[in-house]
Amino acid sequence: MAPQTEVLLIAIVVAASCALPGVFLVLRQMSLMSDAISHSVLLGIVIGFFLTGRIDSPLLLILASATGVLTVSLVELLNRTQLVKEDAAIGIVFPALFSLAVILITRYAGNVHLDQDVVLLGEIALAPFDRVTLFGLSLPYSLVVMGTILIITLSVIGIFYKELKISTFDPGLSIALGFSPGLLHYGLMSLTSIIAVGAFDAVGAILVVALMIVPPATAYLLTDQLFSMLVVSFLVGIVSAVSGYGIAIKFDASIAGAMATMAGFCFLLTFLLAPQRGLLAIFYRRFRQKWLFAQRILLTHLANHEGEGILPKDKKNAKHVKISTAKSKSINPILPPGKSDQCHLHQLHHYLCWNVGFTYKIVNQAQKQGLVQIENQVLRLTNSGRQITAQPFIQ
Amino acid sequence: MATSNPLAIEVTNLTVAYQETPVLWDIDLAVPAGVLMAIVGPNGAGKTTLIKAILELIPSASGQAWIYGKPYRQQRHLVSYVPQRGEVDWDFPTTVQDVVMMGLYGQLGWIRRPGRREKQLAREAMNKVDILELKDRQISQLSGGQQQRVFLARALIQNAQLYLMDEPFQGVDATTERAIVTLLQSLRQQGKTVIVVHHDLHTVTSYFDWVMLLNVHQIDSGPIEAVFNEDNLHRTYGGHVGILSSSADVPPSQVLANEYS
Repeated sequence: MAPQTEVLLIAIVVAASCALPGVFLVLRQMSLMSDAISHSVLLGIVIGFFLTGRIDSPLLLILASATGVLTVSLVELLNRTQLVKEDAAIGIVFPALFSLAVILITRYAGNVHLDQDVVLLGEIALAPFDRVTLFGLSLPYSLVVMGTILIITLSVIGIFYKELKISTFDPGLSIALGFSPGLLHYGLMSLTSIIAVGAFDAVGAILVVALMIVPPATAYLLTDQLFSMLVVSFLVGIVSAVSGYGIAIKFDASIAGAMATMAGFCFLLTFLLAPQRGLLAIFYRRFRQKWLFAQRILLTHLANHEGEGILPKDKKNAKHVKISTAKSKSINPILPPGKSDQCHLHQLHHYLCWNVGFTYKIVNQAQKQGLVQIENQVLRLTNSGRQITAQPFIQ
Repeated sequence: MATSNPLAIEVTNLTVAYQETPVLWDIDLAVPAGVLMAIVGPNGAGKTTLIKAILELIPSASGQAWIYGKPYRQQRHLVSYVPQRGEVDWDFPTTVQDVVMMGLYGQLGWIRRPGRREKQLAREAMNKVDILELKDRQISQLSGGQQQRVFLARALIQNAQLYLMDEPFQGVDATTERAIVTLLQSLRQQGKTVIVVHHDLHTVTSYFDWVMLLNVHQIDSGPIEAVFNEDNLHRTYGGHVGILSSSADVPPSQVLANEYS
């Protein structure tokens, strides 16, 4: 395989693995926990490095995952004292562990591969230089590691899909039915930690968070079912990886940075354009609803005043119309008894307290749809208009 | 009534405390099988806590609960729990049918997935509460009453002996309330035991046949006609809760309580 293909493949595997547990983190409102985990795993990596003297020992992976889980437990421990809220607890725990790791690196490991830039941003482009031989094939070490992690992730979520679903949706019921949400919670946190460690090398501590949270947040806006949310999130992860890689090559920029940027771009597009929950769809619905609602008010008004005596059409009347368009309010004193101008085209806006232009637009629209008819400037409901007022208003 | 039956729930010396504040003090409760019981009491009386403690959702400081003579852990399959509607995230990406099938997850156990049989059972349960036509609807698009029906269907599908429901009438309209009551009464007729955390004192006598009055301590429990009286209500709610009837036959409209005043 060409090194470029290998890098692209690693990018895809990393993004896809991150996008899956992220779905549950987002739904459990624990997105920030991924931030905490992805930073504090560094401490495990550093300690593992000191113990083994190597950067590619499996012990690093185990120790780092353990630090991830440790972070979660410490946050929960702090939170349980009820002296510290959860978000504050996260903010206290992970910088402590992360800074400890940074001090250890700068003090004792200044000259090795573990430098701060790599820690924060990762360097996926260097991945092909570090190789292992597997089944006679020479593969990049990080592709093997991340591939294994992806398989583990897929199996864990595949096997415990039902359990993860119920404990996320209704923890109370899941306890009552005998599933242990604690076990599932720590299982999910361990999985997240393992992925964070694996992805750490490739994309660094900060961008792991982007790949874990942005694809699920995008999928959340597009789907109605947990399963499709997982699939869409997975796909968004892959699309971000591929397009990010392409852009990074074209502009000679950081691959990890471009991947996270593309994930953000996918989110932005979805946020604006998602068919049901996107911003544009919401604005369109509100706009349409405003018109429908106004039309309904008009029809109801006409229905309520149906059959009331109609204004005589003479010159007095014409004058009256002019005056009331200008300022006068409510029922005109010069009306003969038993007569009303509630349904008069030029009086409507007073009674409904609408502005004149809006009133005419709504009347016009209702007339075009055959809901009202206008005779001598007086509005009347047609049969279909009357039918509509008899139904409950549903947008 | 029904005293010869085995007890559906027996609670002995149950105390639950959050931090150092006791929310339930030394509760002794015996609920015979086959009754439809309301748990009433003011806000903060520990009604929800009692249900959660029975189900071991929260730890208790002392005492224990027996379900049909055994600890809850051994009797899960006999019990169905309906939490308060507000306890779950209704924006969760899932459908009505899916939520109803969750009731069967306990019977399925770990790893096994719901299949055709489970879907059929879900269909029947949804039909019983009249939400079959909503089966593919995403749950965020349901009204309060529909959400409550989904929870009920999820409880019914378990085909349990004992139903514990936390405020199933909260925020539902009169039609849904009537439908739920009819359903609960038919469960009782099938010999099941139903326990409901209830807030509306007006309807206690017409809906239920058994009642527990609770305010951190157990004030009293037993058949409505024996324990649902002015004296007990006064002891439960304090102040001037007026219940004008001494007989359970008086129509609910004449039973006036001013819990909310």
